[in-house]
Amino acid sequence: MSGLTLEVRGLSTHFDTRAGTVRAVDGVSFSVRRGRVLGLVGESGSGKSVTGFSVIGLVDPPGRIAAGQILFKGTDLTKLREEELRRLRGNRIAMIFQDPMMTLNPVLRIDTQMMETVFAHTKVSRQEAWERSRDALGMVGIPSPEERLSSYPHQFSGGMRQRVAIAIALLHRPDLIVADEPTTALDVTIQAQILAEVQTLAREYGTALIWITHDLSVVAGLADEVAVMYAGRIVESGVVGEVLDRPLHPYTHGLIGSVPSRNKRGSKLRQIPGMTPSLVDLPKGCAFRTRCSHADAACAEDPPIIEPGPGRSLRCFHPQLESVA
Amino acid sequence: MSEPVIRLQGVSKRFGKTLDFAARAAQGLRRAMGGEVKAQLVRAVDNIDLIIRKGEVVGLVGESCCGKSTVGRMVAGIIPPTEGQVFWHGQDVTALSPAEEKRAMLQVQMIFQDPYASLNPRMRVSEIVGEAARVHGLVDRAGFDAYVDAQLRRAGLDPAYKRRYPHQFSGGQRQRIGIARALSVQPEFLVCDEAVAALDVSIQAQILNLFMDLRAELDLTYLFISHDLGVVEHLSDRVVIMYLGRIVEEAPAEEIFARANHPYTQALLAEVPRIDTRQRQFTAIKGEIPSPVNPPPGCHFHPRCPHAMPACRETAPVLREVAPGHRSACHLNG
Repeated sequence: MSGLTLEVRGLSTHFDTRAGTVRAVDGVSFSVRRGRVLGLVGESGSGKSVTGFSVIGLVDPPGRIAAGQILFKGTDLTKLREEELRRLRGNRIAMIFQDPMMTLNPVLRIDTQMMETVFAHTKVSRQEAWERSRDALGMVGIPSPEERLSSYPHQFSGGMRQRVAIAIALLHRPDLIVADEPTTALDVTIQAQILAEVQTLAREYGTALIWITHDLSVVAGLADEVAVMYAGRIVESGVVGEVLDRPLHPYTHGLIGSVPSRNKRGSKLRQIPGMTPSLVDLPKGCAFRTRCSHADAACAEDPPIIEPGPGRSLRCFHPQLESVA
Repeated sequence: MSEPVIRLQGVSKRFGKTLDFAARAAQGLRRAMGGEVKAQLVRAVDNIDLIIRKGEVVGLVGESCCGKSTVGRMVAGIIPPTEGQVFWHGQDVTALSPAEEKRAMLQVQMIFQDPYASLNPRMRVSEIVGEAARVHGLVDRAGFDAYVDAQLRRAGLDPAYKRRYPHQFSGGQRQRIGIARALSVQPEFLVCDEAVAALDVSIQAQILNLFMDLRAELDLTYLFISHDLGVVEHLSDRVVIMYLGRIVEEAPAEEIFARANHPYTQALLAEVPRIDTRQRQFTAIKGEIPSPVNPPPGCHFHPRCPHAMPACRETAPVLREVAPGHRSACHLNG
């Protein structure tokens, strides 16, 4: 299909630890089209961040990509040598981390860091690199970018630092950005500012975005498609409106039900019992079955991926057809 | 209306950095040359009044640096105010006898945000939960085990785990340990400072339900500090909004979510991502939260406010009643 920026097929990322093999990502498939935003949602330990790190090739030992293909505009990234991958990373594919100080070096000025990124992938004059850096800062809404270029990271507030990190990611107008909880640590009003910038950028430049978060409300407002992860697998995916209004998987159902604004004020929240399982020795079958009220003997087998509608996929033997409301 | 449990009157808290030797030396030099090095003073909380009545859940909302945690700590008696008075059941806490003060302190307990940092990693759960009750003579040695079991069970934990250490528990379970610890001294008032912010959504719902159950069971009063408006809306009877050390608006929860008066509250409510809105156009309020070291004059919100007038730059608006029980500090209210 044309316009497909990224297609991930059957990705498995495993970590070999002393306690056994941790299947952090276990047979995950999804795709993102040009200019679209995919929300990758899950709780801690669901494998959403490891999925993001796998896409950009940042899984360090003991982690390894055990199976699957990551097709970036048709090229399988898992087959590339480190050198070839480096040419793409920061250039055609960029990443934004939760903590902007993962991106920024505290002892270098912003202009040094940004121009370094420009020089890493293009041969331009210092003047041109500087201009590109300035334009990128302006694009993410940093006031008086000329002056701010000569500041150090500690002279920026948390929200501004995250903007600088986003500006660095945008320097080469990448085709794909993987954003891992980039607004989680920010205040509500600052988060809204950043979401506004990101939304415009994706639309204007046709950048495909993978937005990794635990916050369903952010996904509801920002994303076009959503994939819900649980214990290393995508349990449900589809168009945002479809999945959030008519969730089929009992886990998605529970997750949406436990958001306070979905419940009557002061009433008991619908809660999912128990807690997320350890990934070390996950039993065969559906990982959610120990917390699921619909589980039965069938769930001890791996549920197959079914497609209940166009663009919709689901991994469950007992789809929930009644609405959440 | 029931009696106030806690009343803050004209309370301010300032944190200052005293000048160290180098700064004093610099100050001497600069003075000789006609300049000045000033000690930095943060007005974390600036002249606030707050009443919390028996059985009420008051939600305290604000962004970073607004002073909400400092208010919580002053209510819990952990830090004293720089100015103003704190009344506990109508009595000024500074006028209490040491024995009375101890009793009052015990009645207010705090639940912290970080379930990893707020538990001693070297203590077993039974010690963490039971220590305070034993020290304060609420339980004797013979009854200790049964008492700890009861506290754990009430917080939704299996007493069989009480010989374990905190690192053997998940985030949600640790928060339950913190709750069991707070309740073990039989308080009537809980200050929850971002108590569910670090938890996953499904676990957050479990803990919020526990708070609601405990309120009904033990007739507790809560000060619930959070940046999450969804959580506050769900739980609170009354909501107080703070911005840079001042209370800008307070009202019954339904009222504030239906008819927010202050432009900051309105902006805050508009920016909150909601699960029911789809692919919305985010339109952010402009600007950054200013530093509390050097807050803007007049109304602290005026540099970001779409309705700012000349008066907003000069005088700070006072809280005025705009509807019964609904107070707002804005010059637009005339």
